[in-house]
Amino acid sequence: MARQDSLWNRVDWLLISIFFALVILGWLNIYAVVYDEEQVQNIFSFDLNSGKQLVFIAGSIVIIIAIMILDFKFFDSFAYYLYAGVIILLVLVLIFGTEIAGNKSWFTLGAIRLQPSEFAKFTTALALAKYFSNRTVRLDRFNEQIKASLWVLIPIGLIVLQGDVGTAMVFLSFIFVYYREGLPTFYLITGISAAVIFILTLMVNQVYLLIGLGIIGVILIGFNYKKLRNVMLIVAGVILVAGVILSVDYTVSNVLKPHQQNRLKALINPDADPLGYGWNVTQSKIAIGSGGTFGKGFLEGTQTKFDFVPEQSTDFIFCTIGEEHGWIGSLILVFLFMALMLRIVFIAERQKSNFARIYGYCVASIFFIHFGINIGMTIGLFPVAGIPLPFFSYGGSSLWSFTILLFTLIKLDAHRMQVLMR
Amino acid sequence: MIENRKYYIQIIFILVGIIFLTKLFFIQVLDSRYKLAAENNVINKVVEYPYRGLIYDRNMNIMVHNTPVYDIMVVPKEVQVEDTTKFISLFDITEEDFTERIQKAKRYSYIKQSLFYPQLSNEEFAKIQDELVSYQGFYPIARTVRKYPEPVLANGLGYIGEISKRQLTKDTLNYYQSGDFIGISGVEASYEEELRGKRGVKYKLVNVRGIEKGSFNDGAFDTLSVPGNNLVSSIDLPLQKYAEYLMQDKVGSIVAIEPSTGEILAMVSSPSYNPNDLTGRKYSSNFGRLNQDTLKPLFNRPIQAQYRPGSVFKLVQSLIALQEGVVQPSTRIVCNRGIINCHGAHTKEDLHGAIKFSCNPYFYQTFKRIIQQGKEDNMNKDARIGLNLWDDYLHKFGFGRRLGIDIPNEGKGMIPAPTYYDRYYGKDHWNFYTIYSLSIGEGELLTTPLQVANLASILANRGYFIRPHLVKGIDTPDSYLKLDFEKEEVGVNPEHFTTVVDAMAEIVEGTARVARVDGIEICGKTGTVQNKDSYDHSAFMCFAPKETPKIALSVYVENAGWGGGVAAAISGLLVEKYVKGEVSPNRAWVENYVMSKAYLNNL
Repeated sequence: MARQDSLWNRVDWLLISIFFALVILGWLNIYAVVYDEEQVQNIFSFDLNSGKQLVFIAGSIVIIIAIMILDFKFFDSFAYYLYAGVIILLVLVLIFGTEIAGNKSWFTLGAIRLQPSEFAKFTTALALAKYFSNRTVRLDRFNEQIKASLWVLIPIGLIVLQGDVGTAMVFLSFIFVYYREGLPTFYLITGISAAVIFILTLMVNQVYLLIGLGIIGVILIGFNYKKLRNVMLIVAGVILVAGVILSVDYTVSNVLKPHQQNRLKALINPDADPLGYGWNVTQSKIAIGSGGTFGKGFLEGTQTKFDFVPEQSTDFIFCTIGEEHGWIGSLILVFLFMALMLRIVFIAERQKSNFARIYGYCVASIFFIHFGINIGMTIGLFPVAGIPLPFFSYGGSSLWSFTILLFTLIKLDAHRMQVLMR
Repeated sequence: MIENRKYYIQIIFILVGIIFLTKLFFIQVLDSRYKLAAENNVINKVVEYPYRGLIYDRNMNIMVHNTPVYDIMVVPKEVQVEDTTKFISLFDITEEDFTERIQKAKRYSYIKQSLFYPQLSNEEFAKIQDELVSYQGFYPIARTVRKYPEPVLANGLGYIGEISKRQLTKDTLNYYQSGDFIGISGVEASYEEELRGKRGVKYKLVNVRGIEKGSFNDGAFDTLSVPGNNLVSSIDLPLQKYAEYLMQDKVGSIVAIEPSTGEILAMVSSPSYNPNDLTGRKYSSNFGRLNQDTLKPLFNRPIQAQYRPGSVFKLVQSLIALQEGVVQPSTRIVCNRGIINCHGAHTKEDLHGAIKFSCNPYFYQTFKRIIQQGKEDNMNKDARIGLNLWDDYLHKFGFGRRLGIDIPNEGKGMIPAPTYYDRYYGKDHWNFYTIYSLSIGEGELLTTPLQVANLASILANRGYFIRPHLVKGIDTPDSYLKLDFEKEEVGVNPEHFTTVVDAMAEIVEGTARVARVDGIEICGKTGTVQNKDSYDHSAFMCFAPKETPKIALSVYVENAGWGGGVAAAISGLLVEKYVKGEVSPNRAWVENYVMSKAYLNNL
């Protein structure tokens, strides 16, 4: 009992408070989506998504207790096995999986649907943490970079094969972990620049981009004209970026599937077809924008309640917050997520074991990319990708997978002092 | 160095948060367009179309009411049709048609509903209603169209249709909107302002599929629609039905008037059409068909057709001559067939006999006495004075002008004025001998069946008429407004009518015996409208009973021969039907005689 007591005292209550704040706000918000003035039902009613979400929340508390009871060394010891198990599942799902909405990502076992890619985030995080903590990985070396990146590239490849580009994109967030563990800054800058250039290419005329690129190139050469090697590098860089810009158009129209093309077109100019492919983004922005500074009030939103916003309980749940609680509500939500991510980074940094620290960064990165892509797409800053907003989007598997991610870190953190004794 | 990276990572996190909050600040706080767009999304301004007023007959039987029709709307995104063959059989459309309709809806919008199939009737909808619910994405919307329980009086009642661009620009009060329905002809057009009612507006909250989700602002800006007023028509529905029945397969018209009030009891234009054909979905195809029909079913003969009046006109000549004192009831004139031909065995009749035998030379002389009264020495100038005088009388009798019936497109007929002959013969280069054919109702004269029925009304009233009309009152929710129509005197003293009416009574005992009805004294006059190249038109006018007239009517049957035939037979049947309520069995042969005639073949 003494040990249980001390665990109670050692967990990070600030992070747990943020977790519960997000979960409860999310639950109320799901009620707001399904609320129908003409047919008022209790928030606890199991006919409603809010009632079901409450069951999922209860389930996540069971998961929390289970994680707390497990030996903290379990995660470290079984990291590779879990990773391998999920990779096998990812392969099997390609063969035996059920196709839903164009993605072959689900196992159907009777009434239960299982999406292995959801668990792949967790197991990849564990495996990466173990990989980096067991030895000194020289991430400044190219062959080590290749080896290390396989941990992420394998699940990405398998998930893309399933057709689920959105979830695959989540794994790109691990670049922050690699960066933290010594990957040269160049990669992070290149990665972020590539993303920015890609989106800019979609939104700004190519000609202007190329002119801008040329100007930047000339300025850089101006500063470095004495070193021939630098000038060569800059010229090569400029040609490379120009190539990327020119190839985006080709990629968009020839490589992507039509629905993916439309998501990109919607980002560039949703007004071109507001009733067609631009519908999601247009309606999402209308809902959020109509909230104003203070919002329309809880349960008073019209856009979300009357189904103008698609996927409003899941991917577009942020619209309800924007509409009913306005900019102030959005501010609080962004603050809560910032607090969550920064607290996770803080916790990661105070770990004595590398495993726990690296795992913490993985968790922070996953929350960050979900938050960034989800909110970004609802306000028209990112193409529509079907990934949920942690703790807010309706659904058991997403809630549970985020709970597992977060509370494994809390569990590891609670035992951080024991690591030294090992 | 590596240790600093934790800060960079945190900075990136915070930066993204700041970017989001900035963008949110722009769309939520600074940009008001989204609020407007949101209102446009959910606030649906629903025009509540008022119920168009009903039309009753004189005994408050429904003649026109509104019936629901169903527009089937489609939301392409929700459409799930597994068995297309079965689905298209519901609507009786081809598979290509189905695909095309869906494509058209998709071009408008994937998410918003658009029209898939217009105006299913109540029965049609009832048939498919149960099946339709099993197909997702299809929604019925109810509207109303006009419905005629008895398919009669099509031209008189008129039809409604979508308002034209020209009418819209003329509508300075901005009552109408594009797509509104408006009365186009007949009673529907002339009583449009009574029938249309007042539009209401409701601001409703709707969801993405346009399904109502409650009222906006608790209905503070809503206005109720006010139904149109109901009209009480003067038509006697049983008489109208019977009259149309008798006119089957004949071209012509019937006008029956209640003399004491000017109320039109029946008005038949034949051939006609089923007024239900010009409502709802089949309006345009039916309209095209009717419009191209060589028998002109859309031509409202009772008020638009113009015939030479023929012998009927001798009654008017008699009255004018008596009033002018140029002829007395006892005046006898030789039937001199050398100047103008005649018929029947008679030699020298008084006025009574002349009317009875329709003696042409008598009225030739009578007209001469009216025209050439010797007020000027120059015969031509004298004729001018006489014709002017005569024209004045005819004008008072309602000829050569519109009587002002309460439906549009009434014809004027034609009464030649002196200026008319001036144009042909030169000023004062004509006299009675130039225009003598007017004396027996031929020549340049043209009258409408309505004008002739009105003449019967004048005779029944012995000297006046009340403007004929189809609507006698307006039934508003809280009161009944009886419409007043002016009474017009014709300027002939009542005593002069005695001789004329007495003679008319004998016609039914003589030449027009087929019109005779036991127990009802009918006063009538045959008229045969001569046609150069084809059969004559049969015409008959009468009123009955002689002393307390209840009905005055004119019957025209084209190409049916002489007036004492079919037209007289129809008149007798109608009088009997109206006065007695039904046709007695011993006169069934008359009805059979009428029904056996199909003069369409004579055309």
